[in-house]
Amino acid sequence: MSALTEAQIDEITKKGEQKSITDIGPPFYGDMLPQIIKDNYGKWKYHEIPKSGLLVHTSETGDKLYTVRVGSPRLVSINFIREICDFADKYCDGHLRFTSRYNVELLLSDKDKVEPLIAELKEKGFVVGGTGNCVANIVHTQGWVHCHSAATDASGVVKVVMDELFEYFTSMKLPAKMKIALACCLNMCGAVHCSDIAILGIHRVAPTVDHEAVKNTCELPAVIASCPTAAIRPNPKLKSVTIKEERCMYCGNCFTVCPAIHIVNPENDGISIWVGGKVSNARSTPAFSHLAIPFIPNNPPRWPEVVDAVKKLVELWKDNAKKGERMGEWIDRIGWERFFKVAELPFTDKHIDDFTFAYTTFRATTQFKW
Amino acid sequence: MSESKTPLLDDLEKGQWPSFVTEIKKMAETKPMAQDLLSLLELSYKDKRGYWKHGGLVGIMGYGGGVIGRYTEKPEEFPGVREFHTMRLNQPSGWFYTTKALRTVCDIWEVKGSGLTNMHGATGDIILLGTTTDQLQPLFNAYSNEGFDLGGSGSNLRTPSCCCGMARCEYACIDTMDLCHNLTNHYQDELHRPMWPYKSKIKISGCPNDCVGAIARSDFAILGTWRDDLRIDQAAVREYVEKGLDIQEIVIDRCPTSALNWDGNELQFKSEECVRCMHCINTMSKAIRTGVDKGATILVGGKAPILQSAFLGWVIVPFMKMEKENDYQEFKDFVEKAWEWWDEEAKVRERIGETICRLGMRNFLRAVELEPIPQMIFKPRTNPYVFWWPEDLN
Repeated sequence: MSALTEAQIDEITKKGEQKSITDIGPPFYGDMLPQIIKDNYGKWKYHEIPKSGLLVHTSETGDKLYTVRVGSPRLVSINFIREICDFADKYCDGHLRFTSRYNVELLLSDKDKVEPLIAELKEKGFVVGGTGNCVANIVHTQGWVHCHSAATDASGVVKVVMDELFEYFTSMKLPAKMKIALACCLNMCGAVHCSDIAILGIHRVAPTVDHEAVKNTCELPAVIASCPTAAIRPNPKLKSVTIKEERCMYCGNCFTVCPAIHIVNPENDGISIWVGGKVSNARSTPAFSHLAIPFIPNNPPRWPEVVDAVKKLVELWKDNAKKGERMGEWIDRIGWERFFKVAELPFTDKHIDDFTFAYTTFRATTQFKW
Repeated sequence: MSESKTPLLDDLEKGQWPSFVTEIKKMAETKPMAQDLLSLLELSYKDKRGYWKHGGLVGIMGYGGGVIGRYTEKPEEFPGVREFHTMRLNQPSGWFYTTKALRTVCDIWEVKGSGLTNMHGATGDIILLGTTTDQLQPLFNAYSNEGFDLGGSGSNLRTPSCCCGMARCEYACIDTMDLCHNLTNHYQDELHRPMWPYKSKIKISGCPNDCVGAIARSDFAILGTWRDDLRIDQAAVREYVEKGLDIQEIVIDRCPTSALNWDGNELQFKSEECVRCMHCINTMSKAIRTGVDKGATILVGGKAPILQSAFLGWVIVPFMKMEKENDYQEFKDFVEKAWEWWDEEAKVRERIGETICRLGMRNFLRAVELEPIPQMIFKPRTNPYVFWWPEDLN
């Protein structure tokens, strides 16, 4: 299919300008669905995963829908999208969808087309997988590609971790699902705080204040109020603010409110690793991830220490969890004190909480393991 | 061949996982903007820091959000990314597309932007990464003519999102895609014109497996559920067992409330013990299905750590029918009461969960006119610092 020409796009733009409409809302999903989904909407009975990357949904009507799942780096060019569209045009009557973890799903009603599609995808360098008990695609943020407050890159770290864990994306041999997520600072645009393994960029030094710029660009009461630990005080002499360093916990909230406060510090920014969270209500209740490794320095382009740490955690869980046990369920069974032992991770004062929920995590019993 | 100017990033084209660097390079062939993005990123990799300024004010006529201004700190060295703004396009429910719609998105973006995207952003939008200020309004004009609208940004209702629901999942207890589309259209003003203390998010999952992570990522999580018995096909259960499923270890022993028993021939189910965790259904989807009296549990307060720590959403409405016929009025009435209270009471940059913590759940429940019930909590209070209402006293 040929792309719209510049002249056609000019015309579309002019039409839009003349209409000058707002608030039309998103495109109607009903116009996007393949016929087999329209026919079986709300009638699906069960599904099977015959192999990695392939889902088969069976309807009460007897219809079967075949879904081929393709990995994506999330940051994709229009060339990537067009190539995926070529596959969808050739095999899926022009229909596809994306998942909440960035994968592309090609939807087929014709069983005979499934294997040729998978073969052609692989031949052209696309990765098929991400189903069942696998390492799922890593949810992540913008990082150095596009964000002002990033303490690490996002896409690069995801790339090297997925390279290392690739065999677990394209197979289903893990005890359960392994959902990894990455956020490049505490704002957690991707909300990574409930992941089996969370990779989190952190700042470790109190921000510096550009007093001249604060005076001109920031509202002082808002800056002072933005600090959760009351570390920011007015500095009337400079018509600016002063930061009490020993109170700062490097959340970066003041920086979000006031661009004249700088929190980026290349020598001290880096990555922390958190484990044992989940969002699903299956078996155990949803849970937060807990701190496992407080700090690993940024080491681009391939962050070998981060890759090694994540790989070790995945392998340890794989070798020790029961079938069906997520990371956090396994750790809950053996206990955190045992986890630090078997993971051979040093336990430090950084691991002991000192914020909102701190006291709920202190051990108020004589029961513990050695 | 000349020496590569991006040796660090080139290293990220190795390995089996698809490379975002390759994606940027594809666009760099024709777009100076993408080339400069690559060069700037290489510098970031060398210096171990980002080079983006804080967001600046840019906008579309009639909108208060949907585009995020982005400028590099180094415009002289990298003029292509002097202005590199983001535009958020509201995705169709469930992220289903025709290739025609997607190709239109691409064609317009090729002419008026960097050609780089995120499919998709954390709220669910199509993220168009990188364009200049002068292209923003024309981009919007072109997209709106083709049926696309902006997503949310700033202190507003963020773009609601949902799982694929009934379109492709047997677990779906509510029509997530219709509900998401309905709410998004109903609250266009709240979505497009920020006027609240901070952001507010709605996410919708069709069942307690919560594939969009609504409980952790949204102020208002709508999770499909049911309140009658599981539907069990005993013949299909036996088939799983005959095919080698260790039903005792994998299903019965893992049931968190011991609601299931297997006597070697029949799966017995104690309905009143079931907490609808989905485990047995997930394991034996051919044999066990959700009930038929379906609706949703509404959980309020979920958010990431900024500021008072991360919260998971709390059960506020244990069961609400999600009725298309009534235009989901019961939910709309509820969420509007909650928003009104929060808008009135919250401090600047305070999410509703934090406001509830600060002012007490009892005040929130009064505002949304709900009676407290034990399903809302894990345990009752242990401290004696009880607040009384005037009418409680003589």
